[in-house]
Amino acid sequence: MMWPLIRQISKVGIRTETPPVAQDLEDAGRIHDEIRRILGRALTIREVDAGSCNGCELELNALGNLYYNLEGLGIKFVASPRHADMLLVTGPVSRNMSQALAITDEAMPAPKIVVAVGDCAINGGIFGESYASMGGVSKVLTVDLAIPGCPPEPIVILEGILTAVRYRLGKRTS
Amino acid sequence: MDIKDLGLNFASMRAEFPLWLAEVTADEWTSTALAVAEDHGILVTMWGSEKRRGQFVVSSVFDINNGELIWLELAIPKSTKKYPEISSLFPSATRMQRAIKDLLGLEADGASDTRPWFRHGAWPADYFPLRKANRGKESSWPDELDDYEFVSVAGEGVHEIGVGPVHAGIIEPGHFRFSVVGEKTLRLEERLGYTHKGIDKAFENISAVDGYRLAGRMSGDSTVAYAWSYCMSLEGIWKWQIPKRALWLRAVALERERVANHLGDLGAIGNDAGFAFGLSQFMRLREDWLRLNKSIFAHRLMMDYVCPGGVERDVNSEHLALILKQCRYIEEEVRTLQGIYDDHSGLQDRFLTTGTVDNELARKLGLTGLAGRASGVARDIRVDVPSEPYGRFAVNISIREAGDVAARVDVRFDEVYESLRLIRYLVDNLPNGAIRREFVRRGPAGSGAGWIEGWRGGIFTALDVDSSGQIARCHVHDPSWQNWPVLEYAVIGDIVPDFPLINKSFNLSYSGHDR
Repeated sequence: MMWPLIRQISKVGIRTETPPVAQDLEDAGRIHDEIRRILGRALTIREVDAGSCNGCELELNALGNLYYNLEGLGIKFVASPRHADMLLVTGPVSRNMSQALAITDEAMPAPKIVVAVGDCAINGGIFGESYASMGGVSKVLTVDLAIPGCPPEPIVILEGILTAVRYRLGKRTS
Repeated sequence: MDIKDLGLNFASMRAEFPLWLAEVTADEWTSTALAVAEDHGILVTMWGSEKRRGQFVVSSVFDINNGELIWLELAIPKSTKKYPEISSLFPSATRMQRAIKDLLGLEADGASDTRPWFRHGAWPADYFPLRKANRGKESSWPDELDDYEFVSVAGEGVHEIGVGPVHAGIIEPGHFRFSVVGEKTLRLEERLGYTHKGIDKAFENISAVDGYRLAGRMSGDSTVAYAWSYCMSLEGIWKWQIPKRALWLRAVALERERVANHLGDLGAIGNDAGFAFGLSQFMRLREDWLRLNKSIFAHRLMMDYVCPGGVERDVNSEHLALILKQCRYIEEEVRTLQGIYDDHSGLQDRFLTTGTVDNELARKLGLTGLAGRASGVARDIRVDVPSEPYGRFAVNISIREAGDVAARVDVRFDEVYESLRLIRYLVDNLPNGAIRREFVRRGPAGSGAGWIEGWRGGIFTALDVDSSGQIARCHVHDPSWQNWPVLEYAVIGDIVPDFPLINKSFNLSYSGHDR
């Protein structure tokens, strides 16, 4: 039983890519250092789908595959908002989700970073504003950074997460 | 069943599959539903519309004969705004009827469950967004969420576990209420509608040629199937001939979408049984697959690739070679991984007999699509009523009888291999010619329908277009409507920790259902 499994693991080898976000950094290690410098530890993220079509969730899940080595960079998605440094929100905020989104935000310890992922999270996208959709996340929460795209690709989301972390550092030191 | 036995005045509708429309009386509405139910026909979908100011109709579509559809339209009296319920004949109608009430204020007379479904209290009970008098942009209400009445289970040691709408992982929102004794699930009740974003109404504010983009965002994992189903309905109304090459390329995209979802889910199902190796391996293959989508179809999920009249871009011989090469590689890898899954006793112990829906229950509740095929319901639109190009070759349908997680996993493996075979065939025999019909933004007014076998099951579109080229009404149905209620039965008697595994083996859509 074990041999086919081990054979497959060794055949596939290490597929992790150098993060393209490291263009203005020297390597992935530097990203890790930067996150540590800013937060003093790993970055933990709570994701909330506030009404998306699931496209953004697919790409957020893809970010967890071995090509991106997210946890190797010190970034981890967590289940409890109480453990999270960053709130990542997708979708137009549906009226039916607005309360759950606000409660999740309230449950997070300050200081926290709020990132809106995808065109819908920015302004409601193709769904706009209506009796059922409030539009962008900023209608409910103070948003630190928005990542455009329909959906944004994993690497774009990763760049956005790091930009948000840097932005937060800038705000705190200034 | 022979359509003549129904004794209705049917008119044939122009569609890619047999479709018959009849305007019926309230009595005929009920008697036809009864006749179809007794003959083991299937409820495909139900919806309501306001045809003209104050003139309401409710529509139902039944599959009476392995892909032969009848579409009943019942005009509703202005005074009562009621129509006879059919959920006692077709259990899956329950939530559809509740949704019709929330959106249009039409009541299913005699229905036992009349709780709201989409309306969670964020808009008033007397506001009906799909009525023509409302623009759908109204929004100045205090946000007071309702206290929903869940069915409670009494007895010694019974307690409730509420989960959601915000779940532990990166997934869509919904609420699950478990009634349990110890670890055993006695009852599960779902509450959905959290991602309701007013798509039906949003369709009415756009022109028919632009509707495919919205349809393609009803459920991001099925964007190709949705867009094709929508385009099929519009192209039927306007009597457009679509170039053969375009239809073949749509099929390549549809099968690629099926493979992408099965790869992701096969990994996630392994993970939910504690086998992280599976997730890591399958997610790698899925990433390779999506990256090739990006380089050929300009989008990882292929959004907006299928468009009215054809497809957005052509492929060249280099693309085709890359697709063939990747199909060979993915097949080899998936066969290796299937061997590992099959031989892993711990994994099989979690899969076998878990989340079982037997054939009798599946038929009674109308289980459809891939989950239906895992419970012995041998239905697949690509096989039953093949449109171009599916009529050119025989699609091998994958059937299992056991109806457990293991059966749904087996069907997914089968369908990966079959889709890879189809993609190779399509690429090897791709016709030459145009990829898009000459494009006009307007056509005659009319009604049409589209029906496509997405990776989850059939996606049905009913479209009304007016003479100015605007959408008058667009109803798009996700197979999750049929399958969500069945999931409530699938978990009975299983332990609570098996829920994520069972749920993932179905992987139903929230957004496609909530609209």
